[in-house]
Amino acid sequence: HRLAHPSSYYSYLAAMAFTLPALPYDVSALEPYIDSTTMTIHHSKHHQAYITNLNNALDKFPELKTLGLVELNASVGTDALPKDIATVVRNNGGGHWNHSFFWKVMTAPSATNGPSDDLKNLLDSSFGSLDTMKEKFNGAAASRFGSGWAWLGLKADGSLGITSTPNQDNPLQPVADEKMTPILALDVWEHAYYLKYQNRRPEYISAFWNVVNWEQVSLNLTEAKAGGVPGV
Amino acid sequence: RDIQPAAMFKLVTSLAKVQQTGSLLGFSTGTTVRGIVTAKLPDLPYDYGALQPVISAQIMELHHKKHHAAYVANYNIAATQSAEAEAKNDLATMIKLQGAIKFNGGGHVNHSIFWTNLCPPKDYSPPTGELLTLLEARWKSLDNFTAAFNASAAGVQGSGWGWLGLNKATGGLEIATTANQDPLSTTPLIPILGVDVWEHAYYLDYKNVRPDYLKAVWQVINWKNVADRLAEAKK
Repeated sequence: HRLAHPSSYYSYLAAMAFTLPALPYDVSALEPYIDSTTMTIHHSKHHQAYITNLNNALDKFPELKTLGLVELNASVGTDALPKDIATVVRNNGGGHWNHSFFWKVMTAPSATNGPSDDLKNLLDSSFGSLDTMKEKFNGAAASRFGSGWAWLGLKADGSLGITSTPNQDNPLQPVADEKMTPILALDVWEHAYYLKYQNRRPEYISAFWNVVNWEQVSLNLTEAKAGGVPGV
Repeated sequence: RDIQPAAMFKLVTSLAKVQQTGSLLGFSTGTTVRGIVTAKLPDLPYDYGALQPVISAQIMELHHKKHHAAYVANYNIAATQSAEAEAKNDLATMIKLQGAIKFNGGGHVNHSIFWTNLCPPKDYSPPTGELLTLLEARWKSLDNFTAAFNASAAGVQGSGWGWLGLNKATGGLEIATTANQDPLSTTPLIPILGVDVWEHAYYLDYKNVRPDYLKAVWQVINWKNVADRLAEAKK
């Protein structure tokens, strides 16, 4: 492989790195539901660490950088990832995609007008109502033991489903129990809520609905229906 | 009831063992309901503020009164439901409850060990005797041991625990980690020291910097208790 690529291309690959995306809003935008300090640390420390670790791992296998973040996640648990870095990519490639996705599905409480008609219809046909979906989502988020994420996503059969994953796994990864294309996510690692809510995860989960960026969720659905994965 | 599935039997007898040794090692058990012994939140051997400045009173109180208490309450619910299911020969439900029993029972087991493994910084004294001999046999020095332990515990993905355990087969000490609230009994090792690396154990004080928590926690490790547990484990 190295013989096939000139050294200048190899240097190009070596220099490629994932970078921390800017938050689409000020750190205080989600107050009082998610506090500024949490947003600051969550974004500039936790998310950054996943990116740093991912870049360090891929520096050993620069060719993998050409896969891109979604393909890397889709490779978790397959032979496409060398054994050496399989776990690091799962945890940190997952962490990078998850957090990039997460920032975008949130927005200032005043900046959203709720789900599109398309999304509303699919929510109704999949769950009966938006409220029923929220109940199920809340249940998944509250009952995920330890660290993990809750997801609302488009399933292969065209309906919406809800699942949760441990640690930094996500439904794009072959290791996930339930495959779906995410359109909404909630981080339930303690670092996502502990400073403000301490042990009271259910309170955090309820508060989350105040900051959901329904326009982005609706866009995510459109993308998912077209067979794509929401861009991060 | 005559046909005891192997898995359930193992769970029940290991829980019974936990309860037996539990009273020797400071586990609290409550009343007997439907033939099972319910768990009880143990008191801390010190005030909430006693481990300051290493671990704040705020963390200790939340950790004990909320987190550990919730494991106790939820274990009791799951264990009671399982006993009720067993009385009806409803094996499917018993199996469904095993997750909750493992999470919450494990949480109770682990935290009960943890509280006794800690002491106020003013009461700190380094390991001696047999414990020190075994630590040095494996890691050459206490510093080397804590560095190795911290590397392991820092590397736990998500929530879990760092452990020092006795391997009875070899007679030696080993460092291990478990995920979530899995107790060390899920491995061949007997726990003598555990350090909680769930974010709730350190986040309010150390934020994302788990390595700083791990560096500091050695100032409040109760090596006398670790030595007692080692002696018990060797019996």
